Amino acid sequence: MVARSRYAPDRGLTARMTATIFLLGLVFVVFVAAIVFILNAVRASDALIVLAAVVIGGGLAIGSLFYSDKIALSTAGAIEVTPQQAPELHGVVDRICALADMPKPRIAIAPTDIPNAFATGRNTKHAVLCVTEGLMRRLDREELEGVISHELSHVAHKDVMVMTVASFLAIIAGLLIRFSFYGELFGGGGRRNSNDQNSGLILLAILAVSIVVYAISFLLIRLLSRYRELSADRSGALLTGQPSALASALQKVSGTIARIPTKDLREAQPLNAFFFVPALSAREGQTSIANLFSTHPPLEKRLAQLAKISQQLSRQ
Amino acid sequence: MGFLDTLLGRTKPVQPNLDVLFQLPSAAVTLQASTGFTPTGTGSVCFRPVEGRAFADVEKDVRELLDMSGAKTGTLPVEVTRDSFGFTWLVSSHLSTEVEDLVTDLHAVNSALVDNGFGPQLLCTLVAFRDDAQRRLALVYLFKRGTFYPFAPLAGERRDNALEMQIKGAVEGDLKMEQDLSRWFPVWGAPGL
Repeated sequence: MVARSRYAPDRGLTARMTATIFLLGLVFVVFVAAIVFILNAVRASDALIVLAAVVIGGGLAIGSLFYSDKIALSTAGAIEVTPQQAPELHGVVDRICALADMPKPRIAIAPTDIPNAFATGRNTKHAVLCVTEGLMRRLDREELEGVISHELSHVAHKDVMVMTVASFLAIIAGLLIRFSFYGELFGGGGRRNSNDQNSGLILLAILAVSIVVYAISFLLIRLLSRYRELSADRSGALLTGQPSALASALQKVSGTIARIPTKDLREAQPLNAFFFVPALSAREGQTSIANLFSTHPPLEKRLAQLAKISQQLSRQ
Repeated sequence: MGFLDTLLGRTKPVQPNLDVLFQLPSAAVTLQASTGFTPTGTGSVCFRPVEGRAFADVEKDVRELLDMSGAKTGTLPVEVTRDSFGFTWLVSSHLSTEVEDLVTDLHAVNSALVDNGFGPQLLCTLVAFRDDAQRRLALVYLFKRGTFYPFAPLAGERRDNALEMQIKGAVEGDLKMEQDLSRWFPVWGAPGL
């Protein structure tokens, strides 16, 4: 007998994420085609700019991928802890890992009162899970378990890897904007023959294409990030079987964050994309434009999804 | 997890592997012969309860089933405890000679959960052993990996790693042991141990 599954996949979410990834790929192809087209009648110095952007951009992406754990931990000022130092936290992680059949990540605690958590590392073997002291103080054990299962779902989905690959295009476009802008600035003055003017036009064209690509891919990456947050909420809730505990943790954490003064929040900003909730969460009455730029879905959307999962699980 | 699942951020809940449990009785014989550890007759199943009515009903059915079979054979009723991590332990107690009955009980709990679609909630099954010096030992079965590992707690949340390695060597011929030592997670204060 095949046991029926209570863990129904969310086809809508899958479809929306597929569409986003497809669009990102499309932008990439168009971007490459446009650059190749522009460079077709070009001198070596301009091609060099593009080559430099690709090499430096690739290096940045690979570097941030390989050092993501160390960078994130040192930015957050987090310290790795042993099972003897934090038996409760290790116990919770042990059990979730055994339930999900995944290797246990390293565990770190950040000595800050902002209640939050993040997971990073390029793959499951190099993953680090970090929670803040504020989070452990405010949440009870079931809520903490919910947050940890959300973060471990990020690890299982290889979100650091996926988002780095997705951001690669934006990194290159961003570098090209900078390079061609400075190229225009310094190359344009002084020498004035037809060849140089031609070169200036090409730089302008590269600048224009890069700006458009940067803007579009920026929005798509944010969209992808929001979908992956919803996915992690979903997988985390199904893993522990307690969507309501995760919902309650979300409410507690986002409520506290809105009350904390902005000075601390600015320090936390670079890590936002991998946090459990963004440190700069939008308040109530936020506009839909603000939603477009956000790395995390609005709280109501996340709570609504968890309520739906709770209903599915308790269906007879 | 496949490439597509990674790309789309999906995880399929891991289904447990149950049949390996029936290898336990023969492993118990080997263990007694080579190390002097005998089964205490107590075993337990640990799972993560799901919120809502459906799971509560299944849990109730399982307890009634076990209590009924216990009443027939005259053994102790099943004990249900909830640990500090929110996991439920069903403890089944038999005589130390009735390892087969114990395993049958444990298997009944597991398959009831699986048949009702809650297989992914199963964490581990544990069978307790003692030796003449009253040292405590458990063979822990990890549902998701389909493997066993030994757990020998000492006083004060420490583990007797030397004993665990010795036990692993002793029963390796009978049971599929977990080779990745980082998966041997401790179950401090597990009921029935």
